[in-house]
Amino acid sequence: MIRRTHPALSVWAWLVYAFLYLPIIVLVVFSFNDSRFGATWAGFTTKWYGVLFARADVREALTNTLTVAVVSTLISTVLGTLVGLGLWRYTLRFRTALTGLLVLPIVIPDVVMGVSLLMFYAFVRSGLERLGWTFDNGFWTVLLAHVTFQISYVALTVRSRLAGYGPELEEAARDLGATGLRSFTHVVLPLALPGVLAGALLAFTLSLDDFVVTYFTSGSGFSTLPVLIYTNVKRGVTPDINALSALLVLVTVVAIVAANALLRPRRQP
Amino acid sequence: MLTVRRFFATLGPGTLWLAAFLIVPALVMLGYSFLTRTDLAQVGGPWTLEAWGRVFGYDALFQEWTADNARVLWRSVWVAGLSTALCVLMGYPLAFYIARQDARRKNLLLLLLIIPFWTNFLIRVYAWILILRPFDLVPSLSATLLGMVYAFVPFFVLPVYSSVEKIDWRLLEAAQDLGAPPLRAFMTAVFPQTLPGLVAGILLTFIPALGTFVVSDILGGAKTAMVGNLIQNQFGQAGDWPYGSALSFLLMGMVLLGLWSYARRAGQKGLEELV
Repeated sequence: MIRRTHPALSVWAWLVYAFLYLPIIVLVVFSFNDSRFGATWAGFTTKWYGVLFARADVREALTNTLTVAVVSTLISTVLGTLVGLGLWRYTLRFRTALTGLLVLPIVIPDVVMGVSLLMFYAFVRSGLERLGWTFDNGFWTVLLAHVTFQISYVALTVRSRLAGYGPELEEAARDLGATGLRSFTHVVLPLALPGVLAGALLAFTLSLDDFVVTYFTSGSGFSTLPVLIYTNVKRGVTPDINALSALLVLVTVVAIVAANALLRPRRQP
Repeated sequence: MLTVRRFFATLGPGTLWLAAFLIVPALVMLGYSFLTRTDLAQVGGPWTLEAWGRVFGYDALFQEWTADNARVLWRSVWVAGLSTALCVLMGYPLAFYIARQDARRKNLLLLLLIIPFWTNFLIRVYAWILILRPFDLVPSLSATLLGMVYAFVPFFVLPVYSSVEKIDWRLLEAAQDLGAPPLRAFMTAVFPQTLPGLVAGILLTFIPALGTFVVSDILGGAKTAMVGNLIQNQFGQAGDWPYGSALSFLLMGMVLLGLWSYARRAGQKGLEELV
């Protein structure tokens, strides 16, 4: 239904959208700016993208970012989907506590999550050292941390996808002679699948984007793209970092549009 | 029925993971907050309340009180509060605008809102350096505020939008038919219906704004340090984990207090809707 909107409201809305997109557009434009210090326009160039890909630390951080994102998404999608199914399927006495536990990683400030994991790893390390073992913060510590904040998002996406479907569908499958496993794979899973995929995409994007938790759990020898951007930004603005940021924005846009396309054909129960 | 076997097949692995990597680390942090710094990023006994005393502005012997931390805490609260207020000012009308479009445009406008929502936070904050630097505004408190509003306004608009979307406009018509002037009609017939989204949006803006260190780190200077920066510093240069732990608990306490008062009002469903 189309309703009248006051012209002032439309102007306001477009101003807010302009505000939201101005920095992103400036960033992309400056990534093509042929000037080392980049405050003024000095002509079009794509050389910063070349400079970017020639940097070994950028390539390494890209590999790290993608590896962590893919592996953590696989783990958290399995764990989160199972939690989401459990939340949907069972009447739980401790539902409030469980919801609280799931909401916690989403609401606690990420700096708190990061530093508590940093100390947890140090604590575990000091325990292991007494047994003669040790480990460095790096891929594994970052991976475990990412799964921790991803699980909730997947679980809640899957649960909200299934909300509205009662247990009747599964019961019907059982009445028609399907085994528990078969009714799960042929009835429940196909229903949950769009939610699972959307949750996985969300988890993947969250992992790609995360700076704070990675910053505290990665140690000195391991870095992801956001951490690399941070350390570079702290040293001063460089055009190749603009190019890197512009590329990351592009990746996000593609992921969001894909997630939107996946979620849209949502049938009304 | 949820049997033990079914628990381990569904809810078990995920909740155990969260217990291991969320709850246990919080307990470790709690323990560390009662220890002292023995060296850079090293902690040791004996058990003491020193770190907690320092959080509240006392020296190690609880003799003198300084206002330094109170100032940082107060700054965190008002910077987060002011940026939340600016988000409300910008975002509340926007939610109405989006909700009143036809389905196609609505979907597009929402997508345009979600893209910055999910674009890397660090990059979005960093982009402001490019814009503000020529005006010599970085680092400054106004740059920090601007960055905060920019970073959090999508977090605010989305929940408000979902409330506006559900508004029963017949109430507005009824109010108008009964002769209420426009402002009064809006305040009595429309505004109350948007309250759940408004409160959720304010929480979703205020909580991350209170905890962030990235915005003030990149766009502000030492003078704009917020509690997040104070925490970050304890795990970086200062290497004072007990003090950083106590500060983290204070921050987490402030956040959970806000959520708890919200959950009491909105109940379980409200808490789930927040996510």
